[in-house]
Amino acid sequence: MASISLHGVSKRFAAGVAAVANLDLEIAHGELLVLVGPSGSGKSTVLRLIAGLDAPTSGRILIDGEDVTGVPPQQRDLAMVFQSYALYPHKTVRENLAFGLQMRHVETASVDERVREVAKILGIDGLLERRPAALSGGQRQRVALGRAIVRNPKAFLLDEPLSNLDPVLRIETRAELTLLHRRLGATMVHVTHDQEEAMTLGSRIAVMRAGALEQVAAPMDLYDRPANTFVASFIGSPAMNIWPGTMVRAVGERALVGVRPHDIELTPTEVSDRTGRVEILEPLGPTTLVHVRIDDAPESRARIVVPAATRIAIGDHVGFRVQRDRLHFFDEKSGRRLDVSG
Amino acid sequence: MTGGIWGIGRRLAIAVMVSAILFPIYWVAVASFTPESQLFGQVDLVPTRLVFDHYRAVFSERALGTAVWNSLIVAGATTLLCVPIGALCAYALARLPFPGRTLVLTSVLAISMFPQISIVSPLYLLLRELRLIDTYAGLVLPYLTFAMPLTIWLLVGFFRQLPRELEEAALMDGASRLRTLWTIVLPLSWPGLTTTAILTFLYCWNEFLFALCFTLGPDRYTVPVAIALFRGQYQVPWGQILAGALVATLPVAMLVFLAQRRIVAGLTSGAVKG
Repeated sequence: MASISLHGVSKRFAAGVAAVANLDLEIAHGELLVLVGPSGSGKSTVLRLIAGLDAPTSGRILIDGEDVTGVPPQQRDLAMVFQSYALYPHKTVRENLAFGLQMRHVETASVDERVREVAKILGIDGLLERRPAALSGGQRQRVALGRAIVRNPKAFLLDEPLSNLDPVLRIETRAELTLLHRRLGATMVHVTHDQEEAMTLGSRIAVMRAGALEQVAAPMDLYDRPANTFVASFIGSPAMNIWPGTMVRAVGERALVGVRPHDIELTPTEVSDRTGRVEILEPLGPTTLVHVRIDDAPESRARIVVPAATRIAIGDHVGFRVQRDRLHFFDEKSGRRLDVSG
Repeated sequence: MTGGIWGIGRRLAIAVMVSAILFPIYWVAVASFTPESQLFGQVDLVPTRLVFDHYRAVFSERALGTAVWNSLIVAGATTLLCVPIGALCAYALARLPFPGRTLVLTSVLAISMFPQISIVSPLYLLLRELRLIDTYAGLVLPYLTFAMPLTIWLLVGFFRQLPRELEEAALMDGASRLRTLWTIVLPLSWPGLTTTAILTFLYCWNEFLFALCFTLGPDRYTVPVAIALFRGQYQVPWGQILAGALVATLPVAMLVFLAQRRIVAGLTSGAVKG
């Protein structure tokens, strides 16, 4: 197991587009770091740079303190799980699992043993003689994971490994991945565009946008103290309400105010902060997401989460109140978090 | 909707086109079994009497057997050389980032566009210097000049459409580039390799100009040259020529027939993303 560091890493593609710009990132030994961001934010590029599949335009990449910037992927001893799984279609599951070990000249007897062991951990020991084409999506995903695990690499790089699974299987596999990480104690870098996946999996989350890191923190820190409006609206579902310039700080400065839909409650109109008309109702099961068009600011809507049992209908005129201690303030221009003490 | 008149009409049109294509071949076949004396008389569509005179003649008097053997060796050797070397070049051009890659690829194409006749004389001088006139090598080497670009272009197209992630997975698994080519790319490229091999073989099998210029006698004549030289100063032995044509066509026709699915798949693959 290993630590991974990126120092001032940039990647510019031929067209001159910077996919990653001057990125610094430390991934500790045994950590599960999730790289999350919208598509095109450069998160997969970061993974490929760590893997050695792409070379950075500038900057250094270190594994266990050793500079591997110029080292080809074969010699980095990292394992990667691809979004498409990239199983070798002409090889059986057994051969797929064994390939990495054979390339490292492990003797046949221990290859067999190791393959059996990993197949058992992942529950694919009954499929060893099948080819990928004869496997279901979930089974293929397991084989792809197995191919990474079998080698005992220094670190695992997972490129949206869950995105091709159906929702039920995805949540199941997500939990298994957490267990697997605990069991292996391995360094893992997991790329996803799904903030929920990031929140549930990561010991730390790095949020990326347009090739740069927006914030790196533990899941609940990101949720509780987003560094800027981008992180605030990207992390947490339903997304945070951010209203422009509607509140004035003690000093009299204008700012953006953010409040999560869970931190707003519906109240009788007489005792409310604001009132508005219910425009959309989205039942989420245990709760319902209510979109309210605000009376004072008709261009803005408030997203409010209420218990599913709440009696409410489209067109209702309602009042709502925000929890004062749960407000987030952001600079109007830069979108950066403003800390208000007291 | 599509049945009835349209369906019948379509089938009829197909039948007409297919017969138009197949009739000359049928005619050649019939003529090759017809005695020379009757060839220019009244010939029936369905022959009443078949003779093997022409076939006997082409193999005994004309040594067509030697020509077939020569063709097999030359076309076979060219194919065997071309496909492995071409595969290596094509893989590098398809996948490895190096400066001037596009230039190399365009040059390869440009070279294959040279009219053959323009390089016959320089090649002749070169081969004479190397003492390769009237040898198998003297045909195989020039054949590489047009077979190699063909091979490279076909295979570049084929390799490019393989999912890149498969190769990256192999690299991550610790395989070298060559190892990846050998264990992952080539096994997955069988349709492409077969198509390329067959097309290369066909081009060499049919090649006439180089074979005519760089061979000196029946010992090294290939089939097209041998058949072309059947005609004498005063007479054209049509029966023998047609028999020879059929003999020359048969092996390649068989080859194409056996591999037709692969050829079609190989030629059209890459055109549409699967």
